[in-house]
Amino acid sequence: MVWAKVKFPFEKRVKLAQGLWLLSWLATLGGAITFCLGCFLKTELRRRAEVMDNTEIYIVPNTLIIAGMAAMGINYFATRICQDALDATRFPRWKTFLKPYFCCSIFFTTLMLIGVILSYAMKGTLEGSLKVGLKNGIRFYKDTDTPGRCFQKQTIDRLQMEFQCCGNNDYKDWFEVQWISNRYLDFSTKEVKDRIKSNVDGRYLVDGVPFSCCNPSSPRPCIQYKITNNSAHYNYEHQTEELNIFIHGCREALLNYYMGLMNSFGAVVLSVFVLQCTVLASLRYLQTSLEALVGQENTEVETEGYLLEKSISETIMEYLDPVLKLMLLNQVEDGQVKAEAGAAGTSGTAGATTPAT
Amino acid sequence: MAVLRVKFTKSQRDKLAQVLWLLNWVSVVTGIILFSLGLFLKVEINKRRELMAERAIHSVPNMLIAVGLIACIINFVGGKICYDCADTNKFLRWKLVMLPYIICTFFFTLCVLVGALMCYSMHGELEESLALGLSDAMRYYKDTDTPGRCFLKRTIDLLQIQFQCCGNKGHRDWFQIQWISNRYLDMSKQEVLDRLRSNVEGKYLMDGVPFSCCNVNSPRHCIQYQLTNNSAHFNYDYKTEDLNLWKSGCHQALVEYYTNIMHSIGLTVLLIWLFELSVLTGVRYLQTALENVLRQGDPESESDGWLLENSFVETARSNFNIIKNLGKCNQVDTTVNGDPNIDKPCTAHYGPDNVPPKQTPVAS
Repeated sequence: MVWAKVKFPFEKRVKLAQGLWLLSWLATLGGAITFCLGCFLKTELRRRAEVMDNTEIYIVPNTLIIAGMAAMGINYFATRICQDALDATRFPRWKTFLKPYFCCSIFFTTLMLIGVILSYAMKGTLEGSLKVGLKNGIRFYKDTDTPGRCFQKQTIDRLQMEFQCCGNNDYKDWFEVQWISNRYLDFSTKEVKDRIKSNVDGRYLVDGVPFSCCNPSSPRPCIQYKITNNSAHYNYEHQTEELNIFIHGCREALLNYYMGLMNSFGAVVLSVFVLQCTVLASLRYLQTSLEALVGQENTEVETEGYLLEKSISETIMEYLDPVLKLMLLNQVEDGQVKAEAGAAGTSGTAGATTPAT
Repeated sequence: MAVLRVKFTKSQRDKLAQVLWLLNWVSVVTGIILFSLGLFLKVEINKRRELMAERAIHSVPNMLIAVGLIACIINFVGGKICYDCADTNKFLRWKLVMLPYIICTFFFTLCVLVGALMCYSMHGELEESLALGLSDAMRYYKDTDTPGRCFLKRTIDLLQIQFQCCGNKGHRDWFQIQWISNRYLDMSKQEVLDRLRSNVEGKYLMDGVPFSCCNVNSPRHCIQYQLTNNSAHFNYDYKTEDLNLWKSGCHQALVEYYTNIMHSIGLTVLLIWLFELSVLTGVRYLQTALENVLRQGDPESESDGWLLENSFVETARSNFNIIKNLGKCNQVDTTVNGDPNIDKPCTAHYGPDNVPPKQTPVAS
């Protein structure tokens, strides 16, 4: 009782082989594209690795790279198989190869689908990683003399200018952090002493932001310091001033950028996945319709092709049985042994000991 | 006494025709490359047109675009001609066209050379244009409310950030212009009035620079205002501080940038010119070889190909004479020595007895 059977007359088989050959080359190209997209995504993530806390997000580009490479291999073999398909003398050498080939192909194609799903699902992880990374970057902004942190200032400045953002959630994050190093603070002045005494941790906090938060599109020269103090600047209203510094936070900007990349890549990889499935299904049909020809003298008769030899549930049971038997190898049930001993006795074989299965 | 005479057998002629067909198609591709290089240069110049004063610099990309298009057309025709030249019968179709085609292509390759040389010679124009354009743009930096100038501030800021430069020749250029608009100056304050009165033109000058001059690599937070006043900032010395602001001027940065682009484009165009010249030489040899074959009558025989039939001097002289005589087509030659028909005895042949016909009598 086969599943999804289709009749294949000779011309249809020939057309299937030819169409499949073309589709396989397209799918190889699709695999190469998936590989390239994975590499590009990995490079982009690496560029901003300093503002990310962990590397969990790398699983998405890694999956795409592996799936892309595997897809290229799978489809290359598919082209070879359908080149030999219509030649009755050359096709049989592929026979033993096909079953493990299909298992591998299904595994790697599912991997491709998992990659696409992950690219949508890993948004939360990415956001968390960016949150912690940016927080640290802003905290260590002033430590340009500490080894290991001396380039944080540069990184954050370039990031804010490129993505047109300021701070983690927004520009107010800079008010809570001391971003001016003590090396450049004159501790003899009253103002500095007052500010340091004004909070518990003894930090020099200002209502100002670094120059990289300045918006070039602003009509007036940038107001970086005393942002919340309306009287310190002429013709300035803090609440209504939108163009002076960048309003958005860098976490939001970076997240949007990466999710945009991953969404568009996900769409492309999904179409490659669909193409790959079509190739595998067509190859299976070709294989089964040609196997029905074995032993027949006339190679131009109509044959049946199918996807699965038995129904879905039976096929699943067939593959799961060896796995289950392996798991139950050490468990011996008394009742089972007695029943088998009894059956052996009634069959007439004397002294036969049945091994426990 | 031909110039650079080479013997061609039939198979060599055929091979030459095939190779030239292929090379002509490659030349079409190089023509497209020329066109796209011109387009790229035009886009790059247009991106910063607000910072460039005059438009003479536009002639370079325009020339490259025109030359690229013409190259495609000429080499496409050349490919067709060479394809047909493999067969002596088909060559007859093109026989009359080939010499004018070769002359046209020769003058065209001169245009390519001129284009390449222009890329190298535009340096002076570029410098002047940028110097004027940048100083104007900096003067209008504050005019964000004047139509036509409202985006200059943004352009200058993005330029200084991208090219890592400050001011025209250096950051001091900002000290000499008023870059903070009067709209944001509190005229009731004494400090503002003092500054306005301190110079003849009544400009608000300060020793400060816009934020876009700040150097990202500086270890300390950016000092933009009161740059020359060491006591205004802790642990700061104006003379020794070199990481605070960008050091180079935008004039130098932009000139370097555009010069690099134009030099690389010029080099590519020179290489393309050499390639076109070699293809043209091949086509000339093919043309002369095939014409000689036709003159000899036997399509299978060997023939000679050359660049010029006579030496340079003789060819130049004969061409000069042709051009001279072209100018004389309307003039009547009144000297007897020049006109071949005057005072020559009649040499007409009047039949076997050679008697001129009688004049018909006129009835009176």
